Amino acid sequence: MAITITEKQTSDFRQGIQSGVSIAIGYFPIALTYGLLAKTTGLTMAETVAMSIFVFAGAAQYVSLSLLTSGTGIFEIVLTTFILNIRHFLMSTALNEKSTDDRLWKKAGYAFGVTDETFSVAATKDGTVSAGYMYGVISVSYSSWVVFSGLGYLFGASLPKTLQESMSVALYAMFIGLLVPSMKGSMKVIYLAALAACFNSIFTISGMLKTGWAIVTATLLSAILVELVEYFKKGKEGYGHE
Amino acid sequence: MNSTIAIMILGMAVVTYLPRMLPFVLFKGKELPPFVQGILKNIPFATLGALIFPGILFIQEDILYGIIGAAAAIIIAFTGANVIVVVLGAIAVLSVYSYFMPF
Repeated sequence: MAITITEKQTSDFRQGIQSGVSIAIGYFPIALTYGLLAKTTGLTMAETVAMSIFVFAGAAQYVSLSLLTSGTGIFEIVLTTFILNIRHFLMSTALNEKSTDDRLWKKAGYAFGVTDETFSVAATKDGTVSAGYMYGVISVSYSSWVVFSGLGYLFGASLPKTLQESMSVALYAMFIGLLVPSMKGSMKVIYLAALAACFNSIFTISGMLKTGWAIVTATLLSAILVELVEYFKKGKEGYGHE
Repeated sequence: MNSTIAIMILGMAVVTYLPRMLPFVLFKGKELPPFVQGILKNIPFATLGALIFPGILFIQEDILYGIIGAAAAIIIAFTGANVIVVVLGAIAVLSVYSYFMPF
């Protein structure tokens, strides 16, 4: 019995590593660029890598660099980081619903690695999400993020410009690669994604909301509206009995 | 390490970790009303929509760049290709594009 459980954990971990590889590839250009920008901003190598090790949040790290450049105080930078990353509260809540019953400390551990990318991979996976799987996904992604931040600091400037540019699409391509298979089978998924995309475009392009809030608000609005439509379409009796 | 930067990194680490961790501690899960569970199940797909648009349009100054990248990724993904293939394919298509369209 004990052996089968260990085997299950190992295979979940391995499956996680496999799913994490696409994230690691996607992080490569983003982390390199971050490292390069950090150097231009005047951070030391240790500070650059430390931020990747302790924060592990791409967008927030980028923003902190541009704020540092413009002479913003650290309190504002921390506050901006918070606003930008509040969306992960939503993601962790959704992931918690899908997760297997693992010890709380294990969940609190992998919660550190909940990013847009690791969340997207885990949330679009079939079935439940175990701690082993999450640790697999995160270990590959996190290593890529930290290592390439450092390498970007050292060698980022020597990459060909064409490649640097074309690699900027990597994470978006990954999001599309995760979304499209689910769209094929379900109109609901199409509505959810399209509606959230519209709301987010309106909020950000009009400048109504800052990026962090825009994503949270667009996601919630879309998720609630689509669920309401389903609720009223099926009627109270039919709802929740799938 | 500069102590101001160290404090900033520490602060950023705390405010990033808390929203990621709290839901696992606060919500036991599977006991929420069906309607709320329904919303939570919708969140991944809504999030992906919001993460892709409008961000992908602005990865370079040339808006066509993002549109071509998006189109390439969608087409490759529709063939049922693995996510890694989608990522590398989109990068390849854009490399070709910027090679022939030097701005």
